[in-house]
Amino acid sequence: MLDLGKYAGAVISSWAATLGLLALVVVMTWLQSRKAKRELEAIEARRKARET
Amino acid sequence: MIALLTRDLRLAVRAGGGFGLGLAFFLIVSSLVPFGVGPEAEVLARIAPGILWVGALLACLLSLDRIFQLDFEDGSLDLLATAPIPMEGTVAVKALAHWITTGLPLVVAAPVFGALMNLPQPGYVWIFVTLLIGTPALSMIGAFGAALTVGLKRGGLLLSLLVLPLYIPTLIFGAEAATRGIEGFENTTPLLMLAAITLAAVALLPFAAAAALRINLR
Amino acid sequence: MPEMRRIKQRQDRYNSVWEWANPIKFMWFSGVALPWLVGLTVLLMGVGLVWGFFFTPEAVNFGSSVKIIYVHVPSAFMAISAWFMMLVASLIWLIRRHHVSALAAKAAAPVGTVMTIIALLTGAIWGEPMWGTYWAWDPRLTSFLILFLFYLGYMALWGAIENPDTAADLTSVLAVVGSVFAFLSRYAVNFWNQGLHQGATLSLDKEENIADTYWIPLVIAMVGFGAFFVTLVFVRTRTEIRKRRTHALEMRERMADA
Repeated sequence: MLDLGKYAGAVISSWAATLGLLALVVVMTWLQSRKAKRELEAIEARRKARET
Repeated sequence: MIALLTRDLRLAVRAGGGFGLGLAFFLIVSSLVPFGVGPEAEVLARIAPGILWVGALLACLLSLDRIFQLDFEDGSLDLLATAPIPMEGTVAVKALAHWITTGLPLVVAAPVFGALMNLPQPGYVWIFVTLLIGTPALSMIGAFGAALTVGLKRGGLLLSLLVLPLYIPTLIFGAEAATRGIEGFENTTPLLMLAAITLAAVALLPFAAAAALRINLR
Repeated sequence: MPEMRRIKQRQDRYNSVWEWANPIKFMWFSGVALPWLVGLTVLLMGVGLVWGFFFTPEAVNFGSSVKIIYVHVPSAFMAISAWFMMLVASLIWLIRRHHVSALAAKAAAPVGTVMTIIALLTGAIWGEPMWGTYWAWDPRLTSFLILFLFYLGYMALWGAIENPDTAADLTSVLAVVGSVFAFLSRYAVNFWNQGLHQGATLSLDKEENIADTYWIPLVIAMVGFGAFFVTLVFVRTRTEIRKRRTHALEMRERMADA
């Protein structure tokens, strides 16, 4: 790691917070996407089953 | 439209109409602040205009849901929607009624409650003037928020969350105008901005609020 | 007999969300574009951030803390851009009734909110060594705090209303009116801070003469954040469309069983 001097704490924590929050929103987005896809496929399968 | 105004005024003043509640709340807030901040005269005098503005603002917030809720629930709002007055007019009249029953008493009471907080002498005039100019904006902006949430069963908290950020410019200019006036500085800019906000709100927000009401009445 | 007609009418309305060309076209288009968007995002953000963090020198006055610029500025810029995109999408919904537009605005809100939080956090963290305090009512930071409140209100309103079309309409009206007030607040806050505090308003000014060594990776990072935003909004809009379709089908199921 390069020498960040006296501002090391500030730089590291701000970058960590940023990356953490970005990762959080990515994970939440992905999980919600998966859930919606699953539920839609389930209900469409039920619909197909009923129509046949 | 006059008939609508008198009706709303009479409803508000009746028992259970909530008249005076805002005033009582304003008094409580004004009394509470010294307990939280300490009784030092200079500190209180310094923050008095701001606290009075915040207190007035919060007291206005209390009675906002009354503007449309009761009429929405018993179907009168549907009737008003089909009445010959345009919806925008209805909104304006109801906001006016709110101001007369909630805002105006606050304007009158503020200098009196200001004494509780060691408001300096020139403050009495300035608080009165700034609140007089600014409270109509609070009523109108509040009416817009109320129109958005009228369809919700317990929308009170959401209403506050929506309306308070919208109140910020009015609060800033109102409190600034009062504070600068008290300190003897030039305060035409914030005063004019405050007046501009009130005028723009009264002229334009009825359209947005009417749109929201129509959406909710569908 | 009249009930049967009313039920059929309601069914038709729920059909319409999916039968519209728009959501289908969007699902197809976004499906194709997404892999590219993800790749672009990773590339731009990777290059911009790694360059900014490891390969820029320390600055006069700021020391190594200048590197915070690479997370603070792009997120702040996106926080504002996201709100602007929501405004445009809301207007398109109000005027042209494209469902995808309304859902895109809803989808963008959480991403914009996170950007705002990042901007606030990094701004505060940067502030501590600079001004000696985690929070100063600097006009810019204060404006972002207000923007954060607007985002919260917008998302809360979406969450509170059951009927999807009513929710889309009301949140759009809120977005339009809110934008006017947000703009007004910026001016008010500038006025407010200058008036009371004689202290130097700190200059985390992007318009300052930033040397090229800092500027180029910053631009790359900013575009990267932009690509990040677009990618996430695409994914989230697809999710919203799927949720709507599911909701519509559930309604139909319930009608059929009733």
